[in-house]
Amino acid sequence: MDAVATATPLLDDTFAALADPTRRAILERLMEGEASVAELTEPFDMSQPAISKHLKYLERAGLVSRHRDAQRRMCRLEAAPMAQAVAWLEGYRRFWEANYARLDDLLERMKAEEASASPSTDTPAGTDEDSQ
Amino acid sequence: MTLASTFTVTQPSDTEVQLTREFDATARLVWDAYTKPEYVRQWLLGPDGWDMPVCEIDLRVGGSFHYQWSHPTEGSFGTQGEFTEVTPTSRIVNTERMEGFEGESIDTITFEEANGRTTMTMTMRFPSKEARDGAIATGMADGVATSYDRLERVIDTFE
Repeated sequence: MDAVATATPLLDDTFAALADPTRRAILERLMEGEASVAELTEPFDMSQPAISKHLKYLERAGLVSRHRDAQRRMCRLEAAPMAQAVAWLEGYRRFWEANYARLDDLLERMKAEEASASPSTDTPAGTDEDSQ
Repeated sequence: MTLASTFTVTQPSDTEVQLTREFDATARLVWDAYTKPEYVRQWLLGPDGWDMPVCEIDLRVGGSFHYQWSHPTEGSFGTQGEFTEVTPTSRIVNTERMEGFEGESIDTITFEEANGRTTMTMTMRFPSKEARDGAIATGMADGVATSYDRLERVIDTFE
């Protein structure tokens, strides 16, 4: 878990950052807009330094950036790494889930064909001799 | 819930991604469904709207495969490779080159039967971590999501 020196944080860092419920809650809050560290600390039963530590983690993963607005240090959600994680999860999982659901259906049809082909002399429509 | 509990996507190492899924069928049937073009083109299709005009499989060591998918508006995508190990009903190893990506991945697919059910595990090992992340993020993803709605839904799935 070395500090990330590259410009585009890697997906593992994104997922590691998302693995914690407090950090996810912070991100959800930041989806509504920028917030100061004090504002982010409010809803939690945690000290400001504890929240700052989580923010540092999120910052290192590239999910949050900080800047000064007058006297306050504001935190902002950085969408790009999240979008990358979303694409990873949603696209890839959905791709394979859809495939495997179709494979389930196909296997049921293959089982039914075998069952009807072997034991009886009934010949269902469309079933030719089962050449391998 | 039953679906989620039998389907896992993991990253066993920095350069690999692994899919594990259990099927209610014997290894022989799952093997046939995975290796015979007439079956493969019925399920290996991805999101709705894609079909598979090219599905060629020469299932033997040194033999090759070529898959091509197309969609009326999204375009087309292809992948191909060679088989380096073929152990009927239990294990396949092949190289794979996806269209638009540098380098080659090594895919290992195992079929493990227990009590009439079969667990199929696909492990894809890429030449680098960047290649893996890139292939997964863009190769099969249906565009890159940027809307906050979608971000929120994904975060919900982590709860």
